[in-house]
Amino acid sequence: MKENYTGKPANRVDGHAKVTGTAKYAAEFDVPNLAHGVVVNSAIAKGRIKSIDTSEALALEGVLEVFTHENRPGYTWLDKHYQDEDSPPGSPFRPLNSDKILFSMQPIALVVAETFELARYAALLVKVEYEREPHSTDFEANISNAYKPKKYKSTPPPDPRGDAEQAFAAAELQLEEVYSHTAQHHNPMEMHASIAIWQEDGSLIIYDKIQGVQNSQEYISNAFGVPKEKVQVYSPFVGGAFGSGLRPQYQLFLAVLAARELKRPVKVVLTRQQMFSFGHRPTTAQRIAMGASPDGKLQAIQHNAFGETSTFEDYNEDVVIWPGVLYHCDNVQVSHQLVSLDVYTPLDMRAPGGTTGTFALEIAIDEMAYKAGLDPMEFRLKNYTDTDLNEGKPFSSKELKECYRQGAERFGWANRKMEPRSMKKGHQLIGWGMAHGGWEAKQKEAAAKAVLSPEGKLEVSCATADIGTGTYTVMTQIAAETMGLPIEDVSFKLGDSSLPKSPLEGGSWTVSSVGSAVKQVCEKLQEEFLKVAQKSGHEIFKDAKPEEVSFANGRMFLSQAPAQSVLLLEVLALNEGKPLEAKVSAKPAKEQQKYSSYSHSATFAEVQVDEDLGTVKVTRLVSAIAGGKIINPKTARSQILGGTVWGIGCALEEHTVMDNHLGRFINHDLDKYHLPVNADIPETDVIFVEEKDEIVNPLGAKGLGEIGIVSVAPAIANAVFHATGKRIRRLPITLDMLM
Amino acid sequence: MRPFTFTQVQDVDTAVQEVSAEGAKFIAGGTNLLDLMKIDVMSPSHLVDITKIALNTIEETEEGGLRLGALVTNADTAYHELVESRYPLLSHAILAGATAQLRNMATNGGNLLQRTRCYYFYDTQTPCNKREPGSGCSAIKGYNRDLAILGTSEHCIATHPSDMCVALAALEATVRVKGPQGERTIPFAEFHRLPGDTPHLDSNLQPDEIITAIDLPAQGFAQHYTYLKLRDRASYAFALVSVAAALDLEGSTIKKARIALGGVAHKPWRVPEAEAFLQGKEVTTENFRRVAEAYLLGAKGYGDNTFKVELAKRAIVRALEQATKMEPTS
Repeated sequence: MKENYTGKPANRVDGHAKVTGTAKYAAEFDVPNLAHGVVVNSAIAKGRIKSIDTSEALALEGVLEVFTHENRPGYTWLDKHYQDEDSPPGSPFRPLNSDKILFSMQPIALVVAETFELARYAALLVKVEYEREPHSTDFEANISNAYKPKKYKSTPPPDPRGDAEQAFAAAELQLEEVYSHTAQHHNPMEMHASIAIWQEDGSLIIYDKIQGVQNSQEYISNAFGVPKEKVQVYSPFVGGAFGSGLRPQYQLFLAVLAARELKRPVKVVLTRQQMFSFGHRPTTAQRIAMGASPDGKLQAIQHNAFGETSTFEDYNEDVVIWPGVLYHCDNVQVSHQLVSLDVYTPLDMRAPGGTTGTFALEIAIDEMAYKAGLDPMEFRLKNYTDTDLNEGKPFSSKELKECYRQGAERFGWANRKMEPRSMKKGHQLIGWGMAHGGWEAKQKEAAAKAVLSPEGKLEVSCATADIGTGTYTVMTQIAAETMGLPIEDVSFKLGDSSLPKSPLEGGSWTVSSVGSAVKQVCEKLQEEFLKVAQKSGHEIFKDAKPEEVSFANGRMFLSQAPAQSVLLLEVLALNEGKPLEAKVSAKPAKEQQKYSSYSHSATFAEVQVDEDLGTVKVTRLVSAIAGGKIINPKTARSQILGGTVWGIGCALEEHTVMDNHLGRFINHDLDKYHLPVNADIPETDVIFVEEKDEIVNPLGAKGLGEIGIVSVAPAIANAVFHATGKRIRRLPITLDMLM
Repeated sequence: MRPFTFTQVQDVDTAVQEVSAEGAKFIAGGTNLLDLMKIDVMSPSHLVDITKIALNTIEETEEGGLRLGALVTNADTAYHELVESRYPLLSHAILAGATAQLRNMATNGGNLLQRTRCYYFYDTQTPCNKREPGSGCSAIKGYNRDLAILGTSEHCIATHPSDMCVALAALEATVRVKGPQGERTIPFAEFHRLPGDTPHLDSNLQPDEIITAIDLPAQGFAQHYTYLKLRDRASYAFALVSVAAALDLEGSTIKKARIALGGVAHKPWRVPEAEAFLQGKEVTTENFRRVAEAYLLGAKGYGDNTFKVELAKRAIVRALEQATKMEPTS
């Protein structure tokens, strides 16, 4: 029998290394003669540095150099040399480029010393005088200056369908509201860190925290004018990133700069406070106008988003695609405009656009369901779509109805009374809410290499990342299953820029893209294997075509006559002691273009709200997911649990507060920026519904990085309404809003 | 972090002597001081480690109370048999604060001396009168959700972040200190200060004095008490408002009431006249409401924290109701 590794729970192949501490993260590599850099950040949000006095810092014995805009060596100067794979349109920020201050906490100096402690002390001695200019950080005050970007980072908002304005005006049931949230920061457990080592031959070795080693490689190659093949980037383990590692961050540039000038390896690690000095989920306000017939059919949706961006790049995300993806409605008009502020450019953060857009749309839908007097799930079923109306294409698969059915059953939704404030226990008002969401299941081109050793050990590789999601594990499962080898004989390599080309590890496309490449490279290896077998005179396989043979249990056999088989080791022995190799670059199939592919979720939440004190506690949560084939139910469940935890944080806790007087995010540490703690998290049920999809990619798997979060915050907000009768349209929902 | 010298002392007299040097500070659990040193909010040039001094016991006093050694950890205090049985309000308050790991390190003396958690106090690149007298208060016009509504001044609206101290205020503890001039005691209500025009001073402890113990009086309100803490997440967050409520009841008549508020002022907030109003009254919601109104007289919101005025009133009512019903925590 063939061992099916995919579809079954598997322990993490890197679990042992992680819990024993042998898994090394960027800042943990031992490098001889390492110098340590500490970053000094700007106190003001806009203006220029009038003077920067580094003499006191430099006077300390052991301080090697203080890099500022005054002594930063000139490198390339074109914008394109600073752009990376995830750059929005615009002019990327360049550390230490000039005396100009563009945002608060901008890096303005790097102090490098023999020890970290000394560098940290010397950084306190750098004296900076600023010439302040009035800054503009107040999102609401500047919303009237919103503009349509010349170019969108992601796809432009979909074209209008029908006449939403007229249909809205004519609709019997109308709703028009604004939904908003402030900035949020990623805050992965591991802070951003880089080690840069210049070799005598002018080549460069880098250890970096990044979601794509080849992005760092390309960026450094361009910014420092070094040929790409001379830049080698490693990132074997990443302690969470959630999008914060999609773009190379400033510590990488600074480490490379310092290492080059000092001719010594340099390490730069950001502090937790500095984790608030770069990208974040942008402050966003969304106007939704919705019209429906009295029986609850959607007739018009206008979804107009205003998102924060920096003064130097136009960041946007897919906030307004969701009406066309999630609901059947013939008159839809959407837009996405930007509000440029003196802040760092926002950055993709778990389900960028999806978390934001779904939160607004799914509360609005709940509101409309109440206007129509329909159960919120029934209302959604009534406006269900089998087609992606933005694209006018059918979904390659969509088992959302099954998510509703199984999620509702597990939760006990049928017992819900429509009326708000209808359940109470002591002082606690109890509410039930639901929401659904989607996330695109994309396949991007990815390459992979497979090497089968004479001893029968298979190593597959690709320059992707494992940001804690389980990439090492699922790729190993896919390779072992495809090649019919015991999983112990298979390993997967990643996080090395010299490996085959990978897209960034993001967008929930890694299993789909890299996983497909892994499968295909193993299939190609099988062809090579068959050739060797035929060359070495194996009679059984003499006329066999690749599609007529199968691999299992370390053997190759004829699919039609499984008894006719040969041990892989036997054939390998005939290959003159050489390993067998194969390489592929896996591209999405043309057939995919006829379809739209999304994963879907339905989340059901129960909350308790204290009637006098306004405190909210999520007491139950059920999330049902349609994500195609689930390669590893164990790591998949962890992914979805992580998403729901973040959804709870998003709904009730997370926000970075902008002090507009200072032009500065002010709650910049984990004492004051609240993430959920264990005590905030209820028992959570994760259900994976069966979903077959032969279009989405060769694996039939859809990727789960994002789908776990999107529908959680609106489900909670809707439950809060059901508990209290108060409709909160601003996140996070805090007790003062409910008193 | 700036360089500093370090010494470890074995007895109180040496400690007092060592700390009288310019720039010297005591360190015990270090759960607050080390964080503040790392971000350059505090930069002592000399640290005096007092953890080896024998101030680590909890003993009964002749007056029938308990003496809590200054160096007993918060965790050991909260779980001490006599504290749990006779002063459960104190146990509950301690356990409502921080995390198990922090409580295992933090000491009783240090708890009294922890600094405010005001956002601006923590950011050396912003003006803050508490950190840098005369630089201005960023919080008054800035973000002030967590900050004070009572006893504030135009110079500072910081709060004292402790939970333990709120219970100690309600229990009318006494702080025992020793300095070059010898020992003295400070009633708990007089230990912490209001900001006034000296917001850089948190307490009336002199720089060369050491806390040796905290004395609890005989009456522990072990029947009817509650520590209600309202915050932005269920654990590991400082109080928006907290209430330590203790009642001495005879049937449904109040013989004595104690109420202290946390999260609302530069010190645990008590209004003895308002407490006195409850004396001889029945335990009714109406009476609780009246005392709550009296507690918040003169309260002033600064925008983001204005909701605390009403929240504190409701919290007082709830805490007193729970204390009456013998429900120690929410």
